[in-house]
Amino acid sequence: MTRDDGKLQRTRRRFLAETAALAGAAGIALPLAVEQTSATPESMRAAIKNIVGEAPLNKGKVKLDVPALIENGNAVPLTVSCESPMTQDDHVKAIHVFTEKNPQPNVIGARLGPRAGRASFSTRIRLADTQKIVAVAQMSDGSFWTDEVEVVVTLAACLEGS
Amino acid sequence: MARALINAPAKVKRGEVIEIKTLISHIMETGFRPDSTGKPVPRDIITEFICKYNGEEIFRAELFPAIAANPFLTFFTVADETGTLNFEWSGDNGFTATQSVNITVE
Repeated sequence: MTRDDGKLQRTRRRFLAETAALAGAAGIALPLAVEQTSATPESMRAAIKNIVGEAPLNKGKVKLDVPALIENGNAVPLTVSCESPMTQDDHVKAIHVFTEKNPQPNVIGARLGPRAGRASFSTRIRLADTQKIVAVAQMSDGSFWTDEVEVVVTLAACLEGS
Repeated sequence: MARALINAPAKVKRGEVIEIKTLISHIMETGFRPDSTGKPVPRDIITEFICKYNGEEIFRAELFPAIAANPFLTFFTVADETGTLNFEWSGDNGFTATQSVNITVE
């Protein structure tokens, strides 16, 4: 015991002091670091445009189901469903989900077909911040339909390694 | 081999729309999280999931780091013939996993 432990404690104490001293600086530095790895409404629009192209984006038909208040952003239940008869001639081809402030705008891209019977799927996602979530559905006739939901996240999915 | 769980009805009526639930154990490391030294932990996620019904693809999903750990996916299909549902996950670092269940249509 003793000597080595004493040294260890001193370094630990020094480390804590330094950490506390740095906290102010980190307060400024951290948001910058986070901002670098965060999607923006613009990058989300770009990601949506990648899928949709120049086609018009209509509101309706697709329904995005996410709790409005989320306690834990690490696993948020999400369901997307779409009104469609799901026949050979009229079905949903794909459903994409995007977020505004996660590190990347894309969340999931699902491909369905007439064999699905019902145009719906569920999963669990991560949310890094209070933000807007957008679902885009592509129909077999080439039209695109969208729905968006604003959610409040109290505990964000870990980004800072905490 | 990652543990995968599938929940689908074993016996169904012809033409019925059935729900299929899948769950697989995977950390889904985002690649955005720094480790104790401040360097980002390399990304390790499942990038693709495919479900086939008697060899025909019925559902496919491209997954991104925003999918929570242990990816859970549920979707639907029309049960029109007795056969096998095959599930396939693939991802970073050569990750692959497969699972299959049988379905009896009456």
